[in-house]
Amino acid sequence: MSKITIPLGPQHPALKEPENFMLVLEGEQITGATVNLGYNHRGMEKAAEERTYMQDLYLIERVCGICSHSHTTCYITNVEELAKAETPKRALAIRTLFGELERVHSHLLWLGVAGYEMGFETLFMYTWRDREQVLDCLEMLSGNRVHYSINTLGGVRRDITAEQKAGVLKRIKYLEERTKYYISLATEETTLLARTQNVGKLPYDVAIERGAVGPTARASGIARDVRKDDPYLIYGELDFKLITHNTCDVFGRLVVRALELMESYKMIEQILNNLPEGPIAVKVPWRIPAGEAVNHYEAPRGEDIHYLKANNTDKPERLKVRAPTLANLQSVAYMMEGGWLADVPLVIAAIDPCMSCTDRAVVWNPKKGKKEIYGWEELRKMGIEHYKRRGVDFTKL
Amino acid sequence: MKIIDKLITWSLLKSPWILHFNSGACNGCDIEIVDALTPKYDIERFGMVLKATPRHADILVVSGPVTRQQVKRLKTIYEQMPEPKFVMAIGACGCSGGVFNGCYGVVPGVDKTLPVSVYIPGCPARPEAIIDGVVKLIQSVEGKK
Repeated sequence: MSKITIPLGPQHPALKEPENFMLVLEGEQITGATVNLGYNHRGMEKAAEERTYMQDLYLIERVCGICSHSHTTCYITNVEELAKAETPKRALAIRTLFGELERVHSHLLWLGVAGYEMGFETLFMYTWRDREQVLDCLEMLSGNRVHYSINTLGGVRRDITAEQKAGVLKRIKYLEERTKYYISLATEETTLLARTQNVGKLPYDVAIERGAVGPTARASGIARDVRKDDPYLIYGELDFKLITHNTCDVFGRLVVRALELMESYKMIEQILNNLPEGPIAVKVPWRIPAGEAVNHYEAPRGEDIHYLKANNTDKPERLKVRAPTLANLQSVAYMMEGGWLADVPLVIAAIDPCMSCTDRAVVWNPKKGKKEIYGWEELRKMGIEHYKRRGVDFTKL
Repeated sequence: MKIIDKLITWSLLKSPWILHFNSGACNGCDIEIVDALTPKYDIERFGMVLKATPRHADILVVSGPVTRQQVKRLKTIYEQMPEPKFVMAIGACGCSGGVFNGCYGVVPGVDKTLPVSVYIPGCPARPEAIIDGVVKLIQSVEGKK
């Protein structure tokens, strides 16, 4: 049978964001897939260099609307580390609380989108109705539904009152009941099982080789979670389980996210019931001492890495963001190969892609005046030569 | 007015079909647009349905500060829509570029690329604001009739 190549995106009903997949088809079966990025490239890292640390906080939040708290927390931890600020315990607890509320809202959103992609619209409507409860919590605590801006330099912007605590706990109770229903739905409903089992396979060793992160990696049996591996904020003091699953398919990713929801509810209750007393913010100087800092954070989609270089002024010299979707996209091409065309939207949705997080880098050669795509070997060579010029030789190590 | 034009305006008012286009938004507005379709806000009671193709759509809902990569695609999508057509710019980014104004990768504001009928501010725009914008658009079309 002859091969045909079809484009999927940048505007496609199955994709909520602009991205492009070139699929090579043999009949209905996919024999090859390439991912093209950059439709969402806005130039945020450059913009961050031209704004102050406080202004950047609001810019970084808009890297992504779904995991906005993850990006700001990761960024602000770097700033506080460089400024040697002692963030109060209560502020750290509130940040953790928002991190978990965000995970709940993101996972519920994903559950709905997955339902929509497999043609199960009732699930989509159910989960999005329940998701409103979390958004109500976030609005009550921070004043906004999506970009909460709870972080500020040296702490958080708002405190939590007793009524707010009761309101959040009440809603979490309701969500817990609903999530139990979703878990039974995900593991018993036959149409859902037929649509997700053995779809988008990503075996354990391939997931490691391609550097999968977050629920995508955990569904392939990899116990990888920054919250456990390198506890930040107050995660070290919380009691929660690391959820993994070994079916390595879309079903596994569904179960991992559903069970993680239950863990998040548990954590939210623990944080609210043991909220430390004290101030919520300390003063941080406007000028940040020169230095470099790298930090990672377990965003709802996986490990998010931020690098920050300060140069003793009120603006950063360099900021680099590595969003989890970029790490997971390498796996998507593998998952799609050998699968059916009809499963493609579901497989793409299964990593919970977030293109607005990912599209910030492009290779640009000003001498030749054109875009270039570098292979792994070339990139490696360039990296080694770059560091040789600076007096570090990695080949001798 | 010809009878066919009357029919088109009538059907547009009774069930405006929308096409959502993400031109480089941060996802905040996009999830709020989808939120407007779900049970709590339920925009479908105004006859609005989210369509998958521009050829079926009456209203193009654009979120985001139009990245340079997307300008050409946004124009193509607009040209594919049948007349009469309207454009809604959602969020601070869609109105003026918002926080991304000045970034090298964006052409700030949807109105730099397409004629915009309704601007909905907010970062992100709340579902209530989006519904209000739609109702205002319908009212303005009714006024023209």
